[in-house]
Amino acid sequence: MIKHLLSADDLDRDTAIGILDIAERMAATAGREIKKLPTLRGRTVVNLFYEDSTRTRISFEAAAKRLSADVITFSAKGSSVSKGESLKDTALTLQAMGADAVAIRHPAAGAPHRLAGWISGSVLNAGDGTHEHPTQALLDAYTMRSRLGHVEGLRVAIVGDVLHSRVARSNLSLLTTLGAEVILVGPPTLLPVGFEKALPPGASISYDLDAVLPKCDVVMMLRVQRERMIDSYFPSEREYSRRYGLDRRRMALLPEHAIVMHPGPMNRGIEISSQVADSARSTVVEQVANGVSVRMAVLYLLLGGNA
Amino acid sequence: MTSTWLIRGARMPGGGPTDILIRDGVTVEVGTVLDSRGATVIDADGLIVLPGLVDLHTHLREPGREDAETVETGSRAAALGGYTAVCAMANTDPVADTAGVVEQVWRLGRDAGLVDVQPIGAVTVGLRGEQLAELGAMATSAARVRIFSDDGHCVADPRLMRRALEYVKAFDGVIAQHAEEPRLTVGAQMHEGEVSARLGLTGWPAVAEEAIIARDVLLAGHVDSRLHICHVSTAGSVEILRWAKSKGWRVTAEVTPHHLLLTEEYVTGYDPVFKVNPPLRTAADVAALRQALAEGVIDVVATDHAPHAVEDKECEWAYARPGMLGLQTALSVVVKTMVEPGLLDWDGVADRMSRIPARIAGLTDHGHDPAPGVPANLTLVDPTARVRVDPSQLASLSRNTPYAGMDLPCQVVATFLRGEPTVLDGKAVR
Ligand SMILES: [Zn+2]
Repeated sequence: MIKHLLSADDLDRDTAIGILDIAERMAATAGREIKKLPTLRGRTVVNLFYEDSTRTRISFEAAAKRLSADVITFSAKGSSVSKGESLKDTALTLQAMGADAVAIRHPAAGAPHRLAGWISGSVLNAGDGTHEHPTQALLDAYTMRSRLGHVEGLRVAIVGDVLHSRVARSNLSLLTTLGAEVILVGPPTLLPVGFEKALPPGASISYDLDAVLPKCDVVMMLRVQRERMIDSYFPSEREYSRRYGLDRRRMALLPEHAIVMHPGPMNRGIEISSQVADSARSTVVEQVANGVSVRMAVLYLLLGGNA
Repeated sequence: MTSTWLIRGARMPGGGPTDILIRDGVTVEVGTVLDSRGATVIDADGLIVLPGLVDLHTHLREPGREDAETVETGSRAAALGGYTAVCAMANTDPVADTAGVVEQVWRLGRDAGLVDVQPIGAVTVGLRGEQLAELGAMATSAARVRIFSDDGHCVADPRLMRRALEYVKAFDGVIAQHAEEPRLTVGAQMHEGEVSARLGLTGWPAVAEEAIIARDVLLAGHVDSRLHICHVSTAGSVEILRWAKSKGWRVTAEVTPHHLLLTEEYVTGYDPVFKVNPPLRTAADVAALRQALAEGVIDVVATDHAPHAVEDKECEWAYARPGMLGLQTALSVVVKTMVEPGLLDWDGVADRMSRIPARIAGLTDHGHDPAPGVPANLTLVDPTARVRVDPSQLASLSRNTPYAGMDLPCQVVATFLRGEPTVLDGKAVR
């Protein structure tokens, strides 16, 4: 049993597999006529979003509602959050409301850790700055398992702006915990200094995407932001796309069975071409759907269900 | 008010027990079995007497942030920490960049009367790094400023730094540099390395400090000026300082207690009480800093006492202000990190925390062992005491100590400022 999900490091192998198994059962119920499960009736789940992310917010809301929880959403827009109330004061408010779980999305790394120190309910990291996004990693692992049958033994390339990517950090941790091999690929400017010494067993770094692709089961493309170019992390979008973008030519280097993932939102034409994004190998749409099941499973686990 | 005090049986660093008779602000006799008539006697058996400690780097926050600290509360914290003089950094609001502001701070210190508050003047107007402040006016003001610093900011422009170094030679001034190449630390949150990679916090690379130190020791050598490096935090900086000193250049350096004790691993929980600039570094850096302080490559310990209001620390890491309290725990941390491991003896502590900083700051009344005719600025320390740090018990208005709950060695029992106690029985007299 874990109280919070702040980092993918909080999950050992058995707990992670337990979540994926529950998510599978949750997904099965989603196909039925009655989509609501009574599991969290009478419990309060708060979505505290300091960043605009309609996709993730809706996913968490849907997950909590399908478990019959009372759902309250605080968005950065139109609430006290935007009026400059401190996280501490907001935490005290949530505590007074009796929040059983809070899913927090925040631009500052570690904000969920701070929140966990101030409230008695569970805290679920829904993305904190450039740190982690553990439910994204869980849904990615879930997607790999449903497409390829297993996660253990897979070779996964995570490509692009690893330095600023919470998706990359959480996936690196979770996938290696689950026994996958992870290769982080990108220009050296976008890979953290000293990361090679901090990597878990089973992980490595490469600057050469073409060399990595032929041996991959999964390629996960990360969103690259335009402002990185202005900060001289790379010279131009065109050069980035040439060296690290996934287009049809590169996709052809992949083994037959390999899949292409992207956490979204995509920059079509930069890190991924439309032909690749819309191809049969792409799991982008499934990832969104799987997000709800995985978040249901996490809420279920944190709020006292048994795996 | 005048009074007479007899300190009985205190041990001088490196010496045996001795008695010290203090009258009218000065030590009048040192020896054994002195005439105690008319004197208040302090039994100092088992205590060590140090020259009153001198801090080259204190943020007193007044004027401007009196909710975080005032000259008076900071002075009290200093006295309780064994200090008799502190140098107040210039990054107040308004900035201490004119004779008027430095005289105001100096007067506030004199009114509080708990330590000598020696203002530091800003190097540039508004700490903006564009134009020299009126350094000469501050030097000739009542505050007699000798140390100039834009601390909090680096004097990043090399030409401006050169001019500042040269200009202050006219009044034996020294530029205290906060060494941080600003283009290498945009958005920086913690030491850049394995831990920052894992935590997703923007890195503050060691090279941002080392590059400025390398540049500035070369400049100081070129124009033969005095340069002081604030809060040295990396092993690489130590190597550069060692080289600069071997050239005979007039370069001094300080290390903070927190950089002698704490490492970047404390950042892992994202509690901003551990956020400081320069950031906590690696265990290898800590070891190099201790060694450098032992060898004298780093000359002094300075606290960088940086009080912050609760709301500036009880928040997200990235939004928190950098800085830690230091005055009341500095001596204990130095004992823990330097004396207990055998890197420094008590005479070395007196050098690094009193005699040498007094000399760098030009504070002629401070940094002297008790001797007839010398101003009685002294500290009595119980070396066997152990104290658990309780933030709510600190004299500072702020609570941002990184040592909360830690057991630290030694305790300041009494502090004398010009012959009058500011601390007795470990408590401030007012
Ligand atoms: Zn500084």
